[in-house]
This record gives sequence, C-alpha cells and structure tokens, in this order.
Amino acid sequence: MIVVHDLKKSFEGLEVLKGVDLEVQKGECVVFIGPSGSGKSTFLRCLNLLEIPTGGQIIFDGVSMTDPKTDIDRMRQRMGMVFQHFNLFPNMTILQNLTLAPIRTGHLNRAQAEEKARELLHRVGLEDKISSYPAQLSGGQKQRVAIVRALCMDPEVMLFDEPTSALDPEMVGEVLDVMRELAKSGMTMVCVTHEMGFAREVADRVLFLDDGRILEQGTPEQIFGHPREARTQDFLRKVL
Amino acid sequence: MEQYAAWKALIVAGEETSVWQKAYVFFYQAFIENDRWQQYLNGVGTTLLVTLLALLLGVVLGVLVAVVRTAHDQQRPGKHNPVLGFLNAIMRVYVTVIRGTPMMVQLMIMGFVIFASSRDFVTVGALTLGINSGAYTAEIIRGGLMSVDIGQMEAGRSLGLNYADTMRFIIIPQAIKAILPSLGNEFIVLLKDTSLISVIGGKELLYAARGVVSRTYEPMYPYVGTAVIYLALVMVFTWLLGIFERRLRASDRRS
Repeated sequence: MIVVHDLKKSFEGLEVLKGVDLEVQKGECVVFIGPSGSGKSTFLRCLNLLEIPTGGQIIFDGVSMTDPKTDIDRMRQRMGMVFQHFNLFPNMTILQNLTLAPIRTGHLNRAQAEEKARELLHRVGLEDKISSYPAQLSGGQKQRVAIVRALCMDPEVMLFDEPTSALDPEMVGEVLDVMRELAKSGMTMVCVTHEMGFAREVADRVLFLDDGRILEQGTPEQIFGHPREARTQDFLRKVL
Repeated sequence: MEQYAAWKALIVAGEETSVWQKAYVFFYQAFIENDRWQQYLNGVGTTLLVTLLALLLGVVLGVLVAVVRTAHDQQRPGKHNPVLGFLNAIMRVYVTVIRGTPMMVQLMIMGFVIFASSRDFVTVGALTLGINSGAYTAEIIRGGLMSVDIGQMEAGRSLGLNYADTMRFIIIPQAIKAILPSLGNEFIVLLKDTSLISVIGGKELLYAARGVVSRTYEPMYPYVGTAVIYLALVMVFTWLLGIFERRLRASDRRS
C-alpha cells in the first residue's frame, strides 16, 4: 500500500534521513523505534509530505506522492495523522473539530459527518464531550479526539507521531487502548512511539531507526527477543 | 456677550484684570465668539470621517499584504508561484517605503505633488493615512498569523484541507484574537495622526484650532482645547475597545 524507496531528507545541510526503504502492506501495523534524533518523526512526516523529501520516492496506492503534479490535498485526505501535541483546533467545539474536514472536502455532507462523529466519539467513550472545547479536555481525551478527527475522513492509513509522548503517564493507557482497537480492526498503521509494550504487543513489524537509516527490522519477537545489532541491543537495554 | 466685550476692552486697554476675567475672555474668544465651537465640531466630524476611511483602507490593504506575504513565505520549497513572487516583491517595497519615510513627508508628497491639482484635501488625506496605516496593519496581521502554532496548519493540511480553507477556518480565527489589541492601538495612533492632514489643508480639528488662533492671536485655549478633545476621543475609543476585548475573551474562557 505504501512503498518508500531510498527516502532522503536534509535540513540545511544536516542529513536526517539517509536513504530509507519501506513497504507497508494493507492492514499491517508498522512501528518505528529508535533514539531521539534518529529521524523517526521526520520519516513519518515525509509520508504525507508535511516535510518535503530531498530525495527518493514515496508511492501511496500506486501514486507518487513526490510528483509535483499529484494533488497532495486529495492524497492527504486518505491518510490520517495523529500528532504528539494533539493539535486540536481550540477555536472550535469537538464536533466542529471532527466535521470540518469531511464537510469542507466534500467527503461527507453535514448530517453524515455529524453522525459519523457521534458514532466514533461513542466508540472512544467521549460522546458527552461533543459540545465541549478542547481546552476543557484532559490530554488523553484530547488525543482520543484527535484520533477520531483523523478517522472521520475514513483514511486508508493512519500515521501516529509519538501520540503518547506528551501525555501524563496515567493517560497513556486510554490512548493506547484506542490504537490497539484500531489495529485489531484492520487499519493500516505506521507509528512512531516510545511505548515498547505497545510495539511488542500490537506491531506486525518493528523497525529500529538509527542515524537516518533502518538498522534492523523484524517481528516484535525478533527485535525485542533477539536483536542482532549492537546499537539495537544498546538502545533496548536503556529503554526497557 | 456684554460681559465679554467689557472685559475684553479692559484687557485691550491694558487695565488691571483678574485671572478669572482673562480666562473667561480667552475661553469665550476661542470657543464661543462668532460661534467658533461649530468650527471645532466640524473639525471633529472630519477627523472621525478621515479616521474611519483611513482605517477601512488600512485594514483592507493590511489584510491583502499580510495574506500575500504569508502565503508566499509558506509555499512548498521548489513550488514557487511566479505571480505570488511578483506580488510579494511589490508588497515588500510598499511596506519598506511607507515604514521608512515620515508620515508628514508622505502627506506633502501626496497633497502637493501627486494630487497637487486636487482640492479635496480630506480624501487625499484619508487616502494617504490609509496607505500608511496599511503597511503597519499588514505587519500586525502577519505577526498574528505567524503567532498561531505551526501544528494548527499541519493538522489542517494533514486532514486534506487546502491552504485557503485551513487559513479561513483554523488560522485566521485564532490570529484575530492575538491581533486585536495591537490593531486597537494602531487605530488610536491613526486617530491622532489625522491631525497631520491640516498641513495639506484638510479641515479637521487642528485646522479649525489653527484658524481660530490666526484670528485671535491667542494660541493657548484653542490648542489646549484641541488636545482635550483628542484625549476625550481616544479615551472613549479605548473604553469601547476594552469592552470589545473583554467580550472576546469571555467567549474564550471555557475551561
């Protein structure tokens, strides 16, 4: 579904990604781990072109994302993204946060969008917050709303950029529960996370990124049980 | 009236008069004799009219410049729109020139060079002030747009919203709240700067005061009176702005 070939990204001379290859199948949950500064988030943000790659190719469902002729807005409508800092729209109610994009892009009409928003909010246990503003929600609630906001566009892929890193520890669980549900429902997911427990339990494939390259990848058992590379072993010893 | 004439005669004759008598005479002479208060009143009307026109023009220009400059700066690298680049260059020249030259000089150039044949000093004045205010307003609005967290733009675009929709529904509503206090300040500056159009013959408040001074040769009451009127106007507007801002914040206090 997503094919990444030799992806490179530099920021003013600093090469953050030094050629990353990846293939994600439909329904697969891929988790990136690695030390900070290794390029995990940059890689994820390149997938929907929030960062413009300086080299390589990204092909999503047969369409080249990096081709200047590609309608990038259309492509982004098919990929949901969840951010570390939620990025809910503080000037809107939760319902407005959820329905703005589906309505404005013509994906759903107002009635459909509101019904979908209600249904998804119910699934994450936040239907009573529908008329609230983001400022009235806890961090965990905000992130669940942010996930729902992305899901309202019926994306084919969900990108998670360290979704639990900005949360108080007691709120991490509720967000991971939603992500676990989502993975179980067959959603294609690409996650960057520091939650090793989540990676071990939910991921179909774990990739260890170090210094802009994929150093090692495999099933969670392989990576967490028998890491081959010294860097991976070193990293896992520190975080586990 | 008779009282004024009698005391005025005493002063003119160099007779001994009390402070209160003098004050009465000069005040009467500055504001009441020959219904001069009407001149001030007309001046205030012109001042407010010029402020309003200049404000409208300034905001329209400011929004235009700010949106073009922000859109230009936020283009994807390698995807430069030449039209936008050209417009951006013009806007930058505009902001640089207007901010880099004194308002008085701009007024004189507009009044005596570009529109030298025009007798409509009020319109020329409002035009000049509006063009001037636009440059400052543009920077205020640009600052407001940039003050909105970059994550908001990313969230909007990641949902597949286009740039214009993201600006319209997400960025601009949040920027307005940050902009309003500075915009109110710009408005007050503008109101006071209208006094400058008297140099090109715009018949606003200060022009009226100068007219009275040239007839009576008594500067104190007309000028101090003018200052008091400006102060009162500014205080009224500050009060109104305060109410407006409090309202805006009240709708924001939701947590």
